[in-house]
Order: sequence, then C-alpha cells, then structure tokens
Amino acid sequence: MKTRARHTLASDPLSLVFAALGGMVLLFLIAPLAGMAFNSPLSDLADTAAEKEVRASILLTLWTALAATTICSVAAVPFAWVLARKQFPLKRLVSGIIDLPVVVPHSAAGIAILGFIAPNSCIGGTAERAGIQFVGGAAGIIVAMAFVSVPFLINAARDGFAAAPERLEKAALTLGASPARVFFTISLPLAWRAIVSGMVMMWARGMSEFGAVAIVAYHPIVASVLIYERFGAFGLAHARPVAVLFLGVCLVFFIVVRLLAREDTHAPR
Amino acid sequence: MLRVEHVHVSLDGFALHDISFTVPQDSYFVLLGASGVGKTVLLEALSGLAPITHGAVYLDNEDITHARIQHRKMGLVYQDQALFPHLTVRKNIAYGAVGSRSTREQTTIDLAATVGVAHLLDRRPATLSGGEAQRVALARALAPQPRCLLLDEPLSALDIKARSAMRALLRTLHRNGQMVVHVTHDYEEALSLATHVAIMENGAIAQIGTPMDVFQHPTSEFVARFIGIRNVFAGTLAEESGNNMDIATFTSAGITFHIMTNAPPGPGMMLVRSEDVTLSSSCPESSARNCFSGQVTDVARTPLGTEVVVDIGVEFVALVSNASVQQLTLKPGRDIWLSFKASAARFLEE
Repeated sequence: MKTRARHTLASDPLSLVFAALGGMVLLFLIAPLAGMAFNSPLSDLADTAAEKEVRASILLTLWTALAATTICSVAAVPFAWVLARKQFPLKRLVSGIIDLPVVVPHSAAGIAILGFIAPNSCIGGTAERAGIQFVGGAAGIIVAMAFVSVPFLINAARDGFAAAPERLEKAALTLGASPARVFFTISLPLAWRAIVSGMVMMWARGMSEFGAVAIVAYHPIVASVLIYERFGAFGLAHARPVAVLFLGVCLVFFIVVRLLAREDTHAPR
Repeated sequence: MLRVEHVHVSLDGFALHDISFTVPQDSYFVLLGASGVGKTVLLEALSGLAPITHGAVYLDNEDITHARIQHRKMGLVYQDQALFPHLTVRKNIAYGAVGSRSTREQTTIDLAATVGVAHLLDRRPATLSGGEAQRVALARALAPQPRCLLLDEPLSALDIKARSAMRALLRTLHRNGQMVVHVTHDYEEALSLATHVAIMENGAIAQIGTPMDVFQHPTSEFVARFIGIRNVFAGTLAEESGNNMDIATFTSAGITFHIMTNAPPGPGMMLVRSEDVTLSSSCPESSARNCFSGQVTDVARTPLGTEVVVDIGVEFVALVSNASVQQLTLKPGRDIWLSFKASAARFLEE
C-alpha cells in the first residue's frame, strides 16, 4: 500500500505540486515555532523553569483549561448526540450559535462574559454570595476558556456520533435497553475517539486563550497573559523562554493524550 | 399471537398500505417479496423503529402499536447483524439478557451453545465469519426472551453450507415454540421454513396462506410471476434401490417421482418449474425419468404461453406454447402424458 502511494505521488505532477504547496504550509507553521525554540538557550529555559511565577502560571493554565473541558463535556457531549441524531425546529440556527464563539473576536467575547459574570450581574452576584469569585479568579478563567473553546468539543463529538451507525443504537433498544443505557453503552463507546479528540482540541484551545481571559481575569495570571506581560514589560528575550517552556509542556501532554486515544477500540470507522 | 390490523406506515417517501395478518403462537411466518417492497419497513414498524400512522399491532392481545421499543419484547435480527463492534461475542449476547448477573451469564452460555458459538465467546465481531456473526446476532436477539422473533433476510449473506445450518437452527427454534416473523426474497427459504407465507407487493400484502396454498394456487398474476414455481409437493424422499446413487425417489400423495439429489432421505418438498414439464400424446422414449398419464383439468392463457393443469393423482402445471395447445388439442378432459427429467425436480429438506 505504501509502495503504491509513493508511486502515485512520484508519477503524478499535480500531486507533486500539491505536496510542494503542503510543504510550504507546514514550513509556515513550523518555522516560527522552531525559530523560537532554537533562539532560546537551555540556560534561559532552565532559569525560567525555576521561576515560581512561571511554574504557577503554566500549572494554572493546564488545570483551568482541563476543568473547563471536563465541566463542559458533561453537558456538551449529550448535546452533541442530540445534534447528531435528532431533528428539531431551528436546528441550523442552533448549529450556527454553537460556532459563534469561533468567529467572535475574543476580546469582545471577554467583554460579553464580563457583563454576564460581573458581581453586579445576577449570576455574578449570586456566585459571589456563594463564595465563588469569577472576576479576577480561576472560576472566571474557566468560564472564559469554556466560552471560546466549547465549539471544538461539540462539533467533534457531533461528528463522532453521526459517524456511528444509528442502527446499533436501535438494535440495543430492541434488546430492551433504556435510551440512557444505550447512550452510555453503545453511543458513547462508538464515538469516544472523536469525543476525546474534541476534548483535546477544546483543552488546547482553552490553554491558548488570551483575549477573553485577560479581560475576565488578568490575575491569577495564565501562561498566555504572562507571555504577553513579559513581552510588554521586558521585550522578546524575556517572553520567549516562557513561551517555549509552555509550548513544550503542552506538546508533551498532547502527545500523551493522542497516544492513549490511538489504542484500538474495534469501533467501526 | 401477533395480530397486525390495517397498519399503514409512511417513511422517507415510502409507504405501507393496509397491512393485516395474524401470526399464531406456534407459527413460522414468512414475508416474501422482491427487494424494495417494504418488508424491512414492516419489520421495523413491528419492532417500533418505524412509526405506525394508522392501524394497530397486538402481541398476545396487548396493544403494542405505540409501545416503547424496549418494552415490546420483539427480538430483531438485522440482515447485516448489527453486532456491537466494541463488545465481545459474550457481551453482545449478554446485552439484552434478563435476571441476576449469574442468570444472565448462564443465559449467555446456554444461548451460545444453542446456536453453536460457545467457542467464540471471547472474540470480537470483526473477527467472525458471516455465518458466525448471524448466529451471534440470533443468540443476542433471543437473550431477552422475546415473545416474537423478527428476522430480516437472515440467510442472504451466508454461503450454502452456513445457510443450511442456519435453516436447521431456525427450525429448531420454531419447534421449541418460538414465534418467528421472517422476511426474505427467496422462495426456497419460505418453502423450507414457513408454516404461513405472505407475499408482499408495493407496500401491501398480495396473498397470505400456507406455503402449499400460495405456491400452488397464486391468486394474482403478480404472485404467480414472483414465486415463479407452481409445482410444489410435500412428501418423503427415499434412496432408490440399485446403483443409481444420484437418483432418489420422492413419494407424495401415493405417487412416486424420481429426483436427482444427494440429500439424505427424509421429509421435504419437491419443486418442478412448469416450463420444465413436457406434455405429449404418449409416454416418450427419452431421458425423462418421470412419465405419468393424466387428464387435463384446466387450460389458461398467460402473457407467456399457456398454463395447462394436469391431474396425475396430484395437480401438475405445465407451461406450453400456444402452438402445442393446438397441436395436442389440449382442453379440459383430454387424456395426456406428462413427463419431466429427474434433474428438473428439486428437493428441499424440511
């Protein structure tokens, strides 16, 4: 199979042109990151890693993005199943609304969220009385990250559910299973690969968020805000090691999660 | 007992019209029809997967027309099995089993043994052959102890050997009291398994009856054309004495026929296509091993030749040309010889 693919690529001029174009895109993606990594001496990276503020910032970013993903998945995954399986009025409008955070400028999203969770708002006031501080707190970071990244999870999970044969869910129903049991024992396992992929994407998108988080909760400081702050205050040389360190930590996590998700499930694809 | 009364179903531009039939508890009911006539839609409507717009379905006198799928106690076996790919064979079968954990485990083991997949319990569906997967699907559908088993073309994807074994298994299930509704486009399946047959045409039922009634006396041209075979006789196959290893005798209503078959002796059915039957004014000296004198009882023109019914002790149908009708002066009351080759007769084991 591999031999055939190589043969096709080599013998087809159009494929060669497309491959060259693809190479340029890859270069465009890799070059700035690689340049940043190569321009960061190991000694600088070690010094940066030793800074308490940097470690706390990266840790905060990791766990808040993970919390946003986990909390959202409780509602987003069943919602994705509804979108994949059911027809209802205004379904196209609902699908458009889901994609809204992707197209809204994230600073504008931050302003919108702030108005929603500020202490003088209904929700913000109630949360504050319950001891939850959104503005300037980790809870606010989680909300901002969730707002901008949840479309990635919903869309991936919806595609995963849609790709799983509905017939299998119907077969389970004819065997006497309740719809809830069918969801947890048939639908979820068959779509889990797409769901995990969507969760990884949501987590990644949450970690990389700057605009909305900076407006809702500049402090405690997450990695993207820290990088921006160091760049503004001290310049490129001081911002770059933090960026490289954060990038390295993210890469390790993503590779581990992707490898775990690659395990064979015997699911039909 | 399953009672279907004036059921209408409308689904994605396809409709079933005024479907009515009754399946007694001890019946093996076969819905026979060409592809696209609505057989699968009807099964889905019975199992609750397709909504019934008008009419009613009663199972053991309980109205299940709008009952939830999971409460119907209808076991459905899909044509392509629809096994859960992420579960082992054991977990597939156990999925619908009822009772305590130990009861469910025992049910799984017993059903696996019944359908002959006990050695496959820890395998995944992707590693099974078509016949094995079909057996697992059958065991899975039986695990919840359905009051009625619905089978959607269960033999169509199987090779000849697996098909024969599956037929035997279905017969055994039926003998053990399982009510079965089976859809197929294969008349041999219908003849070899059914106690009752319904022929479907364009979303409606064209004829219902016992297999012998329907096959010997089609009530419409569509049914006659669809089933394509008119000479169907129940009887017993026996080995022929002598050295004719490939020829067996088949006795029905006291008449003995010769059939080329290697099937083992036993009860079954003999099928002879009407176009393979020859009529002549005397018994011809030919390779035809079956030659009988009889009397013409009916002559009917069809779009393709003329059907002549000859009583040789049982009624036989021959399809002959209009020229032959004139040449042999075929009309009711005419004495005639009827012959066909042993190789033209097919035997279906019961």
